[in-house]
Amino acid sequence: MALARARSVALVGVEGHLVEVEAHIGNGLPGFSLVGLPDAALAEARSRVRAAVANSAHDWPQRKLTVALSPATLPKAGAHFDLAIAVAVLGAAGVVSQGAVDGVVFLGELGLDGRVKAVRGALPSVLAASMAGCRRFIVPETNMGEARLVEDVEVFGVRTLRQVVSILRGEEVPDEPPYARAEVTADDDAGVLPRSDRLGALDLAEVLGQTAARRAVEVAAAGGHHLFLSGPPGAGKTMLAERMPGLLPDLPPVEALEVTAIHSVAGLLPADAPLVVRPPYCDPHHSASLPALVGGGSRIARPGAVSLAHRGILFLDEAPEFRPAVLDALRQPLEHGEVVIARSAGTARFPARFQLVLAANPCPCGRAYGKGIYCTCSSQARARYQQRLSGPIRDRIDILQLVEPVARAEMMADQRLIESTAVVADRVRKARERQADRFRGTPWTLNAHVPGYILRRRWPPDPGAMPVVEGHLSSGWITARGADRVLRIAWTLADLAGRDRPGRHDLFTALTMRLGHEPAGARAPAGGRGGRSSRVVGDDPAGSASARKAGRLDGARRSGGRGPTASRVTSLDERRERTD
Amino acid sequence: MRAKDLIGRHGEELAVRHLQACGFVVLARNWRCELGEIDIVARDGDVLVVCEVKTRTGLGFGSPLEAVTWEKAARLRRLAARWLAEHELRPGGVRIDVIGVLHKGSAPAVVDHVRGVE
Repeated sequence: MALARARSVALVGVEGHLVEVEAHIGNGLPGFSLVGLPDAALAEARSRVRAAVANSAHDWPQRKLTVALSPATLPKAGAHFDLAIAVAVLGAAGVVSQGAVDGVVFLGELGLDGRVKAVRGALPSVLAASMAGCRRFIVPETNMGEARLVEDVEVFGVRTLRQVVSILRGEEVPDEPPYARAEVTADDDAGVLPRSDRLGALDLAEVLGQTAARRAVEVAAAGGHHLFLSGPPGAGKTMLAERMPGLLPDLPPVEALEVTAIHSVAGLLPADAPLVVRPPYCDPHHSASLPALVGGGSRIARPGAVSLAHRGILFLDEAPEFRPAVLDALRQPLEHGEVVIARSAGTARFPARFQLVLAANPCPCGRAYGKGIYCTCSSQARARYQQRLSGPIRDRIDILQLVEPVARAEMMADQRLIESTAVVADRVRKARERQADRFRGTPWTLNAHVPGYILRRRWPPDPGAMPVVEGHLSSGWITARGADRVLRIAWTLADLAGRDRPGRHDLFTALTMRLGHEPAGARAPAGGRGGRSSRVVGDDPAGSASARKAGRLDGARRSGGRGPTASRVTSLDERRERTD
Repeated sequence: MRAKDLIGRHGEELAVRHLQACGFVVLARNWRCELGEIDIVARDGDVLVVCEVKTRTGLGFGSPLEAVTWEKAARLRRLAARWLAEHELRPGGVRIDVIGVLHKGSAPAVVDHVRGVE
């Protein structure tokens, strides 16, 4: 009767749980039973481990072999338990001593020839085990880089089971040929999301014109605000969004580890550069399914685009083309900064604190900008197109920015005067440093993340500035949540300008950015920037206000003051009179 | 006699010697009934041991012990009951053992004795 134990880690989402693998060689006919809620891949470990042990020149015990993975009630998935199972079996067979195995955590999938293959989620596994007090790890060589990101741990990278046995026996470790598939994997994954690395070469100076939109991108980057770019095709919405990651500073170490852990679970980490230091950028196609966006899988959960964009940017191009159910699934992560996915095998929790950037055409034909005289869509078609973005999603967008076609003069302008990414990124960095200073000792680092009631109480704007917003709140132009968002944007504007607290002008500009147009009936405070024209957007929290503007400026003109649009205008005007 | 039967016979001989060396008392060999055959019936203290012997000359088709399947073990259990029914014996317990004999070329035979198969 022989018994041995080895340790490994089970992942649920990005949380690791230490798992004890016990192998018992009992009296009985040769057989191998594996207990402890294994999934299909883990159940197949029996065949892999047996072949790997035989091909590493060790005898397979010809007795009844029972391998138990405890805690027995925790569902376990994946092939990375192979190495721990093999070591436990070899321990029970007396090939390695229990003393050498104690305190070591094993991760690795075994090939039939005894090779140790790379696994997903090595970083979160090592992190969880080190929290539980484990200090020594044996991992596949390919995963060694990410495992060593964890502090105070000793990590051995191995290529074969033979090397593992030598390490545990304290013998000289045999040299084994490297395992060539690692490079293939990296190449395969290069085409998968996210792709922040390949955006490094893009520069903001390549965007012609778009002064206001560039400003909006800068403010969004500085404060972490959600951004909606609306404009006709070819105006540069995608160009602007792709250049936004370049404006963001490197991730601080704690956040870099969080992001790396998620990418490790998704199997997207290249072996040579394991730590993700740049904010990720994720731009799923609009055909994306619900599980692709929020995460999922049949039994076990995989991180989706919202989690791959954690601490970075989630860009949804042609947002109204996404299925409405998919877009509405963004509400939970937008609110809580994480997604909770329930499956039959358990509940997984993934962090998902991303910055949302949406791009959309104003209407199906895409030409309802400016006065909208080129637009060929019916008002119903336009309305239906806009409605594909639900109100709750729209209300969570901080900045609405129109991206209008580039004018000829802007095209011809001297391009040396256009600010480059480096210049803008420097301002963003300084603004973020001011925020970090202000929020020191709190759980937040960016204006966009501070709850509204705390922001109003602890960091109010200039006295006398708030009425700019309050007036519009009482008249129904913006919601209470909208007012909080305006205050957050105002703080970011003040941070970018280096002011101690936002003044009237900052709040006015913030309100304009929030609404997507200058608030009607209000005048920019003296010295204000306020050069933005009031144009149709069809997006602001107070739907009635937007409809009124739309009716007045576009619909009324096009429909000649008759038809449903005209009657709606009348009724809204009447309502306004009543409230007035 | 065919070659495979000769090998089996030789293995059983080695198994009997092994059991006797372990202090077992062999009660019967190659006991047959319509359910099948018991290779060796022995007594270990007051425990009745029904023993199946499997002999192989190589590992090309797996170890000798692996050839004893779950179905075969179940059949041995039924045979043990039948043997007890036909004999005036009240043992303190009944056990099924399997002995694998590996006789590879000119090397000395290896006897692998598994006690108490489930």
